[in-house]
Amino acid sequence: MSSPVERPEAAATLADQGTEGGNLLTVRGLKVHYPIRKGLVFDRTVGHVQAVDGVDLDVPRGQTYGLVGESGCGKSTLGRALLQLEDATAGSVDFDGTELTKLSGERLRVLRRRMQMVFQDPMASLDPRQSVQSLLIEPLRVHGLAPADVEEFGPDSPSSHLAKAAAMLEVVGLPRASLAKYPHEFSGGQRQRIGIARAMILNPDLVIADEPVSALDVSVQAQVINLLEHLQDLFGLTYVVIAHDLAVVRHISDRIGVMYLGHIVEEADADTLYAEPMHPYTLALMSAIPVPDPVLEDSRERVLLAGDLPSPANPPAGCRFHTRCPFVQDDCRTVVPELRVLGPRKVACHHAEEIHQQAAVTVIDGTD
Amino acid sequence: MSATETQPDRPASLVEAMGTRTEDEQGTSLWAGAAKRLIKNPAAIAGAAIIVLFILVAVFADLLAPYDPAKSQWISEVSTSRVPGPSPGHPLGLDPFGSDLLTQLIFGARQSLLIGVVSTLLGLLGGALLGGLAGAFGGWVDLLVMRVVDILLSIPSLLLAVSVAAVVGRTPTALMVAIAAAQVPIFARLLRGSMLAQRGQDYVLASFSLGLRRRTIVMSHVLPNSLGPVLVQATLTLATAIIEVAALSYLGLGAPDPTVAEWGRMLVKAQERLAQAPQLTLLPGACIAVTALGFTLLGEALREALDPKSRR
Repeated sequence: MSSPVERPEAAATLADQGTEGGNLLTVRGLKVHYPIRKGLVFDRTVGHVQAVDGVDLDVPRGQTYGLVGESGCGKSTLGRALLQLEDATAGSVDFDGTELTKLSGERLRVLRRRMQMVFQDPMASLDPRQSVQSLLIEPLRVHGLAPADVEEFGPDSPSSHLAKAAAMLEVVGLPRASLAKYPHEFSGGQRQRIGIARAMILNPDLVIADEPVSALDVSVQAQVINLLEHLQDLFGLTYVVIAHDLAVVRHISDRIGVMYLGHIVEEADADTLYAEPMHPYTLALMSAIPVPDPVLEDSRERVLLAGDLPSPANPPAGCRFHTRCPFVQDDCRTVVPELRVLGPRKVACHHAEEIHQQAAVTVIDGTD
Repeated sequence: MSATETQPDRPASLVEAMGTRTEDEQGTSLWAGAAKRLIKNPAAIAGAAIIVLFILVAVFADLLAPYDPAKSQWISEVSTSRVPGPSPGHPLGLDPFGSDLLTQLIFGARQSLLIGVVSTLLGLLGGALLGGLAGAFGGWVDLLVMRVVDILLSIPSLLLAVSVAAVVGRTPTALMVAIAAAQVPIFARLLRGSMLAQRGQDYVLASFSLGLRRRTIVMSHVLPNSLGPVLVQATLTLATAIIEVAALSYLGLGAPDPTVAEWGRMLVKAQERLAQAPQLTLLPGACIAVTALGFTLLGEALREALDPKSRR
C-alpha cells in the first residue's frame, strides 16, 4: 500500500517557509487563573489559583519546544490553554496569524483540525467503547477530508476514511488488525500509539504533547519518543512537549522552557540549558538528574531544594522561587525578576550571573 | 481496500514481535466483553431462567391455564369456613371466589410483569430524560432539574405512588404512571451523576481538542459510557416495581377490574383466610418473591459484568 499519509504538500510548505519561517505559535502574557469560590448559596470569589501567570512563548515552525517543571507548576494548564481547552484569563495566543483567545464556537472548532493534543494517559483519553477504527475515523468524519485527500482517494467516502486510518496505523507501527480492536486490548505503549495516530490523522500543524510518555514503562518510552520525532520529520510538525522528565525533554526539544509556579523562569536551547543552567531552580533540577558515574555522583555538589511548591493561590511576593532558593537575597523577596536575555538564554533571576559563577566554582571544588 | 485485506506474509511489526494476540482479528467491545462475563455467571443464568420462565408463563397464560380465569365456576364449593385445597381437577386448589388457584396465579404473572416492566420503562425514560438533560447541559438546567428531582425524592416512593393513583384514578395506566413516577428520581440522579463523572474524563477533553461538536460528544461518548449503572438499576428496580404493584393492589389502589388476576390483590383477598388456607397467601407471595429474586440476580450479575474492575 502506498502511504497516503505521507503528504508531499506538508513537506513543501515546510520547505517554502523554512524552519526560520517565523513562529507558528506566539504567546504573550498568557494567564490562566481559576477563581476559588466559597459560600453555600451565594458564591463569593475569595481568591484565584494562578496556575499560569504571564507566560510568553515563541514556538518556531517545525521545531519542538519543551516545557519542564515539577507537578503543579502549571505546565499542563498552559498546554491546554494554548489549545483553548482552558479559558485564558488574559493574554494572547497567536496561532499562525490567528488570535485564538478571541475565537469561539464553530470557527475555533474548525481550526482545531490544525492543532492537536497527545494526552498523558492513553487509557483515559480514548473512549473505551470505541474501536480503533471508530476512534481514528471519527475526527476525519467531523472535519471532512482535505481536498488533496479527495484527489487521492476519490470523494469523501467511508472507504477513503478507512484507508487513511489503516495507513496511519501503519505509520505509528500497529498492525492493520488493530482496527477492529478496542483500547483495553492493547498495552500502554500501543494505546499511546493509537492516541498519537488519532492526533496525527488530521494532519495538524501543531501538536501539544502533555506528558506523552510519563504513563508508560521506561522500556517503551524511548520508542514513543522516537515515533514522535519520526512523525515530526514525516509531516513537518511543530511540537510543544510538556514533561517532568528532563531526559525526555532534552532528547526531543530544540528549545526548552523551565516553569515554576506559573512562570517561565529560564528558557534556552536544549544544549545550552543542560550545559549551563543559570536559574537556581534549573540548577536544582539538573542536579537531581543522576550521573551514571559513581565517583562523580558521590563527589558532585548538589543543589537541594527544601520544602514543597508554594500554593499557586497565594504565591510568594517578589521572586516566586525565593522561599526555596538556596541563593536567596533580600531583593528576591520584594522585586519580581523579569525574564531577561542573557547570552543565548532568557532567565528570570536577579543574581543569575553571580550564582552561575558560584556554581561553576563549587563544581570545580567538587570534582578535584 | 480489498488488496490489503489479507496479507499473511506482511513483515512482523514491532507490535507483533512484542506478543500481541493477533490471532483474534476481531476485537471485543466492552458490551461484548460484559455479555461474555454475564453468561459465565451462574447467578445471571439462574436469574435469567426465572425471568424467562415467568415471561413465558405470562405470554402463554391462555394456553397454560387449565380454566378460564374470569369465571367463578366452583363458587358453590367455597364457603366462609372452607376453601378446598389441592384435588385432582385443581392441582393447587380453589381461591376464595371459587376459581382455580393455578389459573389465577398464571394470569397474575401476566398482570404483574406487564405493569412492572412498563412502569420501569416509563420511569427509566423519564429519569433518563431529566438526568440526561441535567448531565448534558449542567449549570442552571442541572440546578433546576435536580431540585425538582430532589423534591420527588423526598417523598416516600409508595406515598408518591398512592398520591398519583389517587389523583389519576384506579386504572392500570394510573398504576404504571404511579410506580414510574416514584422511580424517576432514582434514574435521574444516577444518570446525571454518571454523566458528570464521564464529563471529567480525559477522552471528553480529547474529543473537544479533536474538534468534535458538543452534541456529538454528549450523545455518542458521554451518554453510552454513562448507561451501565442505569441499566443495572433498571433491572433491580424491576424487582421493586413488581413488589410495588402488589403493594398498591394490596392497598386497594390496583386495577379495579376484580376479574383480572393480580398477585397483590390475591394476597389481600386471602389474608382473612390465612389460618384456614395458607396456600392462598403463600403461593402468590412466593411468585412475587421469586420474580423479584430473578430480576435481582440478573441485575447484580449485570453490575458485576459491567464493572470495569472485573475486566479480565
